[in-house]
Amino acid sequence: MRYFQPATLDEALAIRRGNDVVPLAGATDVYPARAGRRAWGDPTHKDVLDLSRIEALRGIEDRGDHVRIGALATWTDLIRADLPPLFDGMKRAAREVGGVQVQNRGTVVGNACTASPAGDGIPNLLALDAAFEIEGPSPRLVPAEAFFTGYRATACGPHDIVAAIRIPKREGRGHFVKLGARRYLVISIAMVAAALETDAAGRIVSARIAVGACSAAAGRLPLLEAALPGAPLTDAPALVEPRHLAHLTPIDDIRASAGYRMAAALALVGDALADLSRPAARVA
Amino acid sequence: MTRTLTLIVNGEPRTLQAAPFASLADTLREGLHLTGTKVGCDAGDCGACTVLLDGEQVCACLVPTAQAEGRAITTIEGAGPAGLVDRLRESFLAHGAAQCGICTPGMIMAAADVLARDPRAGRAEIEDGLGGVLCRCTGYVKIVEAVLDVARGANAFAAKADAGAAVGARLARVDGRPKVEGTDHFGADHQPEGALWLRLIRSPHASARFALGDLAPVLARHPGLARILTARDIPGENAFGIFPTIKDQPVLADGLVRMRGDPVAALVGTRAAVEGFPDADLPITWEVLPALHGAAAALAEGAPALHRAVPDNVLTRGRLERGDVAEGHAAGAATASVAFETAFVEHAYIEPEAGYARRVGDRIEVTACTQAPVMDQEEVARVLGVPMHAVRIVPTACGGGFGGKLDVSIQPILAVAAWVTGQPVRIVYSRIESMASTTKRHPASIRARMSADGDGRFTAFEMEGDFNTGAYASWGPTVANRVPVHAPGPYRVPHVRNRTRAVYTNDTPAGAFRGFGVPQATLAAETLIDDLAEGLGLDRWTIRRRNALDHGDTTASGQVLHASAGLPQCLDALRDDFLRAQADAEAFNRTSGRVKRGAGIACMWYGCGNTSMSNPSTMRIALRPDGTLTFFNGAVDIGQGSTTVLLQIAADALGLAPDAFESVVGDTDLTPDAGKTSASRQTFVSGNAARLAGEDLRRAILSLANAGPDARLRLEGACLHVENGPASRVIDLTTLSPDETGAVLSGEGRYDPPTTALDANGQGVPYATYGFAAQAAEVEVDTVLGTVRVTRIVAAHDVGRAVNPTLVEGQIHGGIAQGLGLALMEEFIPGRTENLHDYLIPTVGDMPEIVVHLIEDPEPEGPFGAKGVGEPALVATAPAILSAIRHATGARLTRVPVLPHRLHAALHAREAAE
Repeated sequence: MRYFQPATLDEALAIRRGNDVVPLAGATDVYPARAGRRAWGDPTHKDVLDLSRIEALRGIEDRGDHVRIGALATWTDLIRADLPPLFDGMKRAAREVGGVQVQNRGTVVGNACTASPAGDGIPNLLALDAAFEIEGPSPRLVPAEAFFTGYRATACGPHDIVAAIRIPKREGRGHFVKLGARRYLVISIAMVAAALETDAAGRIVSARIAVGACSAAAGRLPLLEAALPGAPLTDAPALVEPRHLAHLTPIDDIRASAGYRMAAALALVGDALADLSRPAARVA
Repeated sequence: MTRTLTLIVNGEPRTLQAAPFASLADTLREGLHLTGTKVGCDAGDCGACTVLLDGEQVCACLVPTAQAEGRAITTIEGAGPAGLVDRLRESFLAHGAAQCGICTPGMIMAAADVLARDPRAGRAEIEDGLGGVLCRCTGYVKIVEAVLDVARGANAFAAKADAGAAVGARLARVDGRPKVEGTDHFGADHQPEGALWLRLIRSPHASARFALGDLAPVLARHPGLARILTARDIPGENAFGIFPTIKDQPVLADGLVRMRGDPVAALVGTRAAVEGFPDADLPITWEVLPALHGAAAALAEGAPALHRAVPDNVLTRGRLERGDVAEGHAAGAATASVAFETAFVEHAYIEPEAGYARRVGDRIEVTACTQAPVMDQEEVARVLGVPMHAVRIVPTACGGGFGGKLDVSIQPILAVAAWVTGQPVRIVYSRIESMASTTKRHPASIRARMSADGDGRFTAFEMEGDFNTGAYASWGPTVANRVPVHAPGPYRVPHVRNRTRAVYTNDTPAGAFRGFGVPQATLAAETLIDDLAEGLGLDRWTIRRRNALDHGDTTASGQVLHASAGLPQCLDALRDDFLRAQADAEAFNRTSGRVKRGAGIACMWYGCGNTSMSNPSTMRIALRPDGTLTFFNGAVDIGQGSTTVLLQIAADALGLAPDAFESVVGDTDLTPDAGKTSASRQTFVSGNAARLAGEDLRRAILSLANAGPDARLRLEGACLHVENGPASRVIDLTTLSPDETGAVLSGEGRYDPPTTALDANGQGVPYATYGFAAQAAEVEVDTVLGTVRVTRIVAAHDVGRAVNPTLVEGQIHGGIAQGLGLALMEEFIPGRTENLHDYLIPTVGDMPEIVVHLIEDPEPEGPFGAKGVGEPALVATAPAILSAIRHATGARLTRVPVLPHRLHAALHAREAAE
């Protein structure tokens, strides 16, 4: 097994083009997967492309109209970054990922690239209309909704590297709620991210809401998003209806039944909206 | 592929050759021999490997060594920021925050990270900071207290005890310092030079025949392999098992596997070779057979037999009958029935099985984590085909056991590999391998019925329980026999009929786990008691108090409890608390919508020691001419604290202070057989042996000095002062002639608890004494999401005498954590929850406030009045939580764990019914 550790993105892209490598940033997903394979007699591992020495991928940066989260930015970087209230949900998610150890190592971009249905960062990226800076043979900016293409599948091609995520800066506040069977270190049963803008009168101007762990890839709730504008925020929880979630396709697994997931997601959407209507939720 | 790397470890640059993708944990441990950093899962799920990387806590198992290059790494062996690590060490020691010690280095590093950032951190910040480290022993209570104390600036002080004042003192554990310093050696921490490594190739199928092809070409293709061992390489008998007559588990499967994870071959060679060998390279052909999952499938008409000797798959039947249960039900004013289901539960000790073996001439030495060194010795001897005295078992520090290390796992195959290669051989189970292959708590299907008269006095109890014992017997017979005795609970019930079966299936073997089936049975019985209270309009506390076993009462097995039956006191201790909690919850619920509160209660009893079987322990104390006083203690301390407790007992029996002793623990060459660390027996059984040994040595000293019984002893170098007023004298130990062991004076004690065999109706004296407890639980239920938060538990335990209250509380806290897991989240499913992110155990944030009442109704048969407490704390927890959920919501739950979707379904079913 080879281990590449280039210092520039160009070198990294060249390695990616010429080899079948797994890109690695915080490594928090790669090692558990390796442990799972090794335990049942598969010691093989793809060559590794370690991005950690590429300075250009570090940091969280305010670029005027958007915030850029570099591929090496960790959850802890996010928690410590000075960001507007729109990012409160993202920060809440950061605090719910693994334990502090994983928050210190795991990256926002890596979590997105693993694209687990239960990836804690993903609903926020959808709700915030994030876009993925993909470097590679055809550099491009891919909106989050197009980036997550299915179960553990993304638009990042075999010769591509996600260099950063861009989140447009807008008015409004973000929020995130996660449901698991224990307090820390828990894989979500269901989760909801919401980004809401309200006017001076407390009426909803725009709403973007996404649900995770209830379908092969996390997804937005367009029907609900269309139903909310114009309504007073305090009325929003009562406006949530099962039909707004009808397109989700939760599964039965060890953590929960499909029916429960649907019911829980419905409740969590209401909870997220209710939290947003209370000042306490402003403390991310 | 390796490269030369420099890491700054604890302030020192360390240059070494390492594979860049090797985890930092592995490089620290195997490359730099810094074994204080523990590996519990290799997946970031347990946090045992937590170190500081540039001052921030990380899981060293998730850091590629290449990414640590040039960066500052602080491990438990280092000093850490601003003396914090040292202060945390002392605080952990004084608080009893380290039990087995396997999570301790990770906890301390995580705590150092929190306090370095926030020196005045409060409970919430500390919990957030420690949330990534799992502990299976302590319930986190004393850990959080220890960290809070450091945050408050308090100086830790561990109590010492003078001669004669050790019993009852809150001594710091005598084996604690290496645990907080990271120098204690667990199974994987022994790294003998030149050792080969061993890895088992395991069956992915639960039931299959297999044939192995020619291995010679495989060996030729993998030059790093020394051997591929198969069933035919076992020199002795290819079988092991707990019971002398049931050796049903092969060391290596011989053409037939009965469970996923059965080992079919063992690779012995360099580490790179055994770890790099793809299992697909083993020439094996499988014929997959239908598998029997669950007891019902194995009991079905026409189900194939797993073992030829047991055609109906029923390994054992347990039975108890007293009175006439039909008559008892007829006399009842109310009768309730229940069918209860429980799941496989994993011990989830944070230390996976590990150790090494080496051949020394015609002897074999196995150094490994274990709860039962002498049983390991017997098994290894049989498998090797050598006499028992040719086998030495050296127990390492044991990173948690809870019953899971009462069976051999790695020992026989390690011994075989070292025996046939003549080289030391190491093995370290991965987390997944440990979970997939070792024993579990038995899933139980219990049908029970109970009646009470108009006053709430119990008139009858009956139960039938099927326990899925998996592919091999392990401790299945013990579970089947212990349950009938305990199933009615600690109550007077005149008419009882209990029947149990342990059933073979193609599932993971179920064996010993804290409580041996009693927690499962207690869930059923306590549900029925709540039913009866409801049916009769009685309060849940009152119905239990009215029936509580007391001094002079007769148990279901016909045993009269002459002494130490403190359940009434336990119930009285939590009465006000429970009734207040019940009233508060009801007041809250009158106005609350979605969130409902509830209070619950449950009781338990637990027999100390093996059921109706001889289970002796022998302890020895020796004094050498130079004044070295050694306590030879064969009882393995798995974190519960027997090394400390037995010393406290021995010290007071002899009359010298505990710190006058050195302890030699567990080594079968050096210590007499103390029996297993199981069945809550070490404080009671080995405690008596320790007391007798102390008394024996004291007698010898007093007689040599011609002193009276009240003489005070003082040991100063080689001078033993026997102070007895005018008759005082000094014994110069150098003038005495040593015996063949080098001792000039010694004492030995042997104790076997007085029990009798049970007759065909399960009548007799199965245990010399019982622990009793009552626990109350308070919960908050989100009725929309079906989630439960346990907010408070009050636990009153009759322990006879708390030899070391800190350690006793630690057992209760840890038992409560495991009981909470059993109630709400733990469910092992073979092939699906074989790791610590799919199998959930409580984290620091899941623990309630815990209030402990220690009730001391002294046991005349016990050492200084003491009884065992290891298992009891777990037993009453889950039923009290279920009782509280029911009080909060009305949902009567009959299956654990109560996962959110199950509670949600129960709440909806209830709504629909209304």
